[in-house]
Amino acid sequence: MVLCLLTICFVCSALLAGVNVLTRGPIEKGRVAKVEKAVAAVLPPCNIVSERQEIEVDGVHYGYYAARQDADFVGCAIESSTIGFGGVLSLMVGIAADGSISGTQVLSHSETPGLGAKCTDPAFSSQFKGWDSSVKKLEVRSKGGDVDAITASTITSRAYTLAVANAVRAFRDINAVLNGDSVEEQNEITEGGQTNE
Amino acid sequence: MSKLNLITKGLVKENPTFVLLLGMCPTLATTTSAINGMSMGLATMFVLILSNMAISAIARFIPDKVRIPAYIVVIATFVTLLQFLMQAFVPTVYDTLGLFIPLIVVNCIILGRAEAFANKNGVIDSALDGIGIGLGFTIALTLLGMVREILGNLSVFGWKFCQADGVLAFVLAPGAFIALAYLIVVFKKLTEKK
Amino acid sequence: MDYIFIIISAIFVNNIVLSQFLGICPFLGVSSKLNTAVGMSGAVCFVITLATIVTFLLNKILVLCNIQFLQTIVFILVIAALVQMVEIVLKKISPSLYQALGIFLPLITTNCAVLGVAINVVTKEFSFAGGQPHLFNLGEATVYALATALGYGLAMILFAGLREQLELNEVPKAFKGVPIALLTAGVLAMAFMGFSGMV
Repeated sequence: MVLCLLTICFVCSALLAGVNVLTRGPIEKGRVAKVEKAVAAVLPPCNIVSERQEIEVDGVHYGYYAARQDADFVGCAIESSTIGFGGVLSLMVGIAADGSISGTQVLSHSETPGLGAKCTDPAFSSQFKGWDSSVKKLEVRSKGGDVDAITASTITSRAYTLAVANAVRAFRDINAVLNGDSVEEQNEITEGGQTNE
Repeated sequence: MSKLNLITKGLVKENPTFVLLLGMCPTLATTTSAINGMSMGLATMFVLILSNMAISAIARFIPDKVRIPAYIVVIATFVTLLQFLMQAFVPTVYDTLGLFIPLIVVNCIILGRAEAFANKNGVIDSALDGIGIGLGFTIALTLLGMVREILGNLSVFGWKFCQADGVLAFVLAPGAFIALAYLIVVFKKLTEKK
Repeated sequence: MDYIFIIISAIFVNNIVLSQFLGICPFLGVSSKLNTAVGMSGAVCFVITLATIVTFLLNKILVLCNIQFLQTIVFILVIAALVQMVEIVLKKISPSLYQALGIFLPLITTNCAVLGVAINVVTKEFSFAGGQPHLFNLGEATVYALATALGYGLAMILFAGLREQLELNEVPKAFKGVPIALLTAGVLAMAFMGFSGMV
């Protein structure tokens, strides 16, 4: 009886271990490809994207990827997460060197399908493209800002806007870091970076 | 019982959702759109067919006392297998269905079929039974998803036929209960006449 | 402060039955009488809290040994074993409680609320009151499990009360039984939607 159960458990675990090894590669590749695609989608035109780096702003860690066109810094893609309606809403926010937003993309969310999940639609997210936060306020209209919220999903819209605003704030610090110790940092980034064609 | 009969009985007479009322959690939770409902149905069918076949093959060797734990281990193995495959090849679908993929383990349909059919019948018959019941479940979930998508979002399989907003409640929790209630009533009425 | 947010969120805002659709089978199956509903809620409360603590600690070992691919199998076996153990222990130390909960215990193994909470706690990141999203620690996991179970009990008992009243009403023939119960659950879910956005 015990032997029988043990045999079944053993065979099953062996099978799973095998499949786990086989699928680990594709799973990891898919995950990396997703991030790379998001980075490419939100950044302004560039030919060098750095490895992922981290910065701490107000006690919160942000991952970011700096982008260069040859030697000129053109902007960076910043990972920013907030809490939406159903859970964590995490975005990739692209910001050009002049501080305007070059694009946003949802990395993962658990919003209600048909409601908050519409934040992945270009109809909502494209309004942030080219956003200059010194002219327009990053806040939904009902709170006196300039962002058009998704119908019946104010919480999601506000979370999305907050994530973008946090990224804009983090960008100032990143900008200071990148321009502060430029020469050494620059070399390091270019060496470690990979071409993104 | 003919082979064809094994498949068709799962569609109408023993439909797991509308007649047997099994596996209600994924039925209600994942049917926010027709495509989501269909993915969930197909995922469950995959596990059901494989576990039915495996259990019918090994049932003879398992002592009666440890029957249930043994079945659960077999089912859990196939579910984990499915998790890996989905993560690797259809990650977007995996993200949408989320928690409800591992929860296929506790779907009463699968353990129910193992107990009621697979451990008494041959491998091929069990596979056919899995296909039949699985198809019945998939069709039910797709139908429910379609109804909710049409009413809640004015679209079918992602194709929006009207630009206005639908009755949002149907995409949310209450709509799931209400839509399923009416579908069961319609199904009852239709099968009664025959 | 975080704990209060977790409790309110788990009981009302993200009620496990009415907004997450977990544990629907017993919710529809054993809710026609108020006292059986109370018994079932008690048993579920007990098992969910216990199972979450045990699987939470076991998951640490799985991560340590890098064998997370066994997660689903290990969790469901732990829950099944735990239910058996609770049954045996209860029989010995408190026959009266066993009498009250006894018949519901075996049903709990296949209650997806238990496995659902156990998996949620170790995989999903939570955040309350604007804090940074993070995975639960043991204390938060326990409070979350207990609050979720209380939410389950609340939904179950409210629903059973409604169904007892429903027995006395005349219902169209085709709606008798499950359909009318589902409609009632729909209305109850709509009422719980009023809590959304609170936390």
